[in-house]
Amino acid sequence: MPDGSQNHFVQLEGLKRYFDVSPPWLVRALEGKPRQIVQAVDGIDIEIAKGETFSLVGESGCGKSTVARLVVGLFPPTDGRIEFDGNDMASRRSRAETASLKRRMQMIFQDPYASLNPRWRVFDIIAEPIRAFGLSKDRADLEKQVGDLLRQVRLTPADGRKYPHEFSGGQRQRISIARALASQPEFLVCDEPTSALDVSVQAQILNLMVDLQRRLQLTYLFISHNLAVVYHISTRVGVMYLGRLVEVAPTETLFRRPKHPYTRMLLDTIPDLDMTGRQRSPVAGEVPSPINPPSGCTFHPRCPFANERCKTERPQALPIEGGTVACHAIEEGRLPVEDRTY
Amino acid sequence: MAAASNNPPLLEVRNLRVEFPTRRGTLLAVDDVSFDIAPGEVLGVVGESGAGKSLTGNAIIGLLEPPGRIAGGEIRLEGRRIDNLAYEEMRKIRGARIGAIFQDPLTSLNPLYSVGRQLIETIQTHLSLSNAAARTRAIDLLKEVGIPGAEMRIDHYPHQFSGGMRQRVVIALALCAGPRLIVADEPTTALDVSIQAQIIALLKRLCREHQTAVMLVTHDMGVIAETADRVAVMYAGRVAEIGPVRDVVKHAQHPYTKGLMGSIPSLGVRHERLTQIDGAMPRLTEIPKGCAFNPRCTVHGARCLVERPELMTAGSSRAACWRHDAGGVGQPISKEMVDA
Repeated sequence: MPDGSQNHFVQLEGLKRYFDVSPPWLVRALEGKPRQIVQAVDGIDIEIAKGETFSLVGESGCGKSTVARLVVGLFPPTDGRIEFDGNDMASRRSRAETASLKRRMQMIFQDPYASLNPRWRVFDIIAEPIRAFGLSKDRADLEKQVGDLLRQVRLTPADGRKYPHEFSGGQRQRISIARALASQPEFLVCDEPTSALDVSVQAQILNLMVDLQRRLQLTYLFISHNLAVVYHISTRVGVMYLGRLVEVAPTETLFRRPKHPYTRMLLDTIPDLDMTGRQRSPVAGEVPSPINPPSGCTFHPRCPFANERCKTERPQALPIEGGTVACHAIEEGRLPVEDRTY
Repeated sequence: MAAASNNPPLLEVRNLRVEFPTRRGTLLAVDDVSFDIAPGEVLGVVGESGAGKSLTGNAIIGLLEPPGRIAGGEIRLEGRRIDNLAYEEMRKIRGARIGAIFQDPLTSLNPLYSVGRQLIETIQTHLSLSNAAARTRAIDLLKEVGIPGAEMRIDHYPHQFSGGMRQRVVIALALCAGPRLIVADEPTTALDVSIQAQIIALLKRLCREHQTAVMLVTHDMGVIAETADRVAVMYAGRVAEIGPVRDVVKHAQHPYTKGLMGSIPSLGVRHERLTQIDGAMPRLTEIPKGCAFNPRCTVHGARCLVERPELMTAGSSRAACWRHDAGGVGQPISKEMVDA
């Protein structure tokens, strides 16, 4: 897609990441065990436009966090391409060029207790990216920048003198956000930024993220397992299952007219707060191991609509209603698409 | 409340206080908490971390971690006082009359024993059954909680089960002696959403079939809305609001409950912003005078700053709020009020 790629800010093409989880060589030799490979991410195509929030949802072990880490370069991909604003991240370039690209993308992690160095003052935590990328002229400028960042996330410049343990979970996540914003990025990868927080604090952080996005024209890749949060914050949503994208669609379409049986299943599991008496249909079965994923469509053992073709042939992503879906039943028209009401 | 008053409550908690002595003084973590649970009823206890909901549960099953201790009040199970029993006596009640389910199924099971051995040990501790009869009961329990191939799975070890299956084993363990009350502390928090729905459906079915009362402690309002008959909302060690689940979810009376409900993103309607409650729950050392919620409350008045509200009738539930019939009742706290 050489033509289309020009419009996309971030583009992932056939992205794969395998992990070798084999037992040690000697154990394999003595016990005759084969190598074991986890196919954490198994061929993913995503295009993210500038200024949008693209969310990845799925259950634990589906590979969504691995995608986040691949995108920011914490893991090298096994195969596939990552393109950021027209630059192929894998191509060789000088240190300075790499730094200027990396400056433009930052990450917010899930656990605000583990992602801040407990022995650093908040000021130094936030100042580190500014220093690393050489973005400040002198000490006074650095102090001003850090103060502004703290104010931007609704903390005060005086908080810079404190240590992370003096803050609550929500405040720590604000510090993480301030640190991520310190290098003036355009693209933020947020890996479950609110799942460690209480709901009232989660609302504060989500509101803050929406405000910042509008003010700074940020693009988000948002990873979450919480469908209600995803519904609230995203422009488009990708649903992952066992390392593959099963469905991508604009948020309203995905929640109003879900197509893939797995998406429907996930939507059925959302607790009903309005108490309309709608029965949650508890889904039988669990996510299989990504070491030996099922053949064909990996969802077929849990899918009520699976047939012989689903067991043997891997479905390809096909465009439908502004998104894509990888499902034989939808492709063949065996499974009608229906509107959902909430 | 009507349902609860018809038959005598199974569990009565009256003015329960749990405190932690520290070098800098005594912290009151659970302060004057009272509620009842009727047989076959599910009482949801919801609140944010540090609200005292788990401590209340632990006090009931007699497993408060020292130095935490019950400093006042009464806990009665089937009319019998259980909060002042000796450890050995309480141990007989725990398991036989009260079952407990904890958040993490892996730490609730002994990794070195097969699940069958753990089930049989628990059964024989509380019921005088022969080895063979206990094994049969263990297999029946595993079948009841929906573990396929129970005859074979009984000899497996915890690591051979998935997270959802482990939680089923933990539930089977809690059911061993046919308890009258189950205290479930965040039973679904460690599980994926699809498995969560399965476990909730299981808990509900067991509760209905055996007329077991359940105290369901969780921070997830969605789980409560689906499972509980009544709900108690806790804030800073006290009950802020208690009532039938439908009334509390749909027509919250306490400003905290309202804010909590508004801060949950809902499907179907997309709002520009979520309702947010500014600030955070106070630390136990810094609980403000008057109503503990007053620094975060958008409708507080002069009385809220000085006098602590007790639970009072508010609509069809009971709320500890002086202003429940003033400003915000009936309508959600508006954005302007939150921003102000």
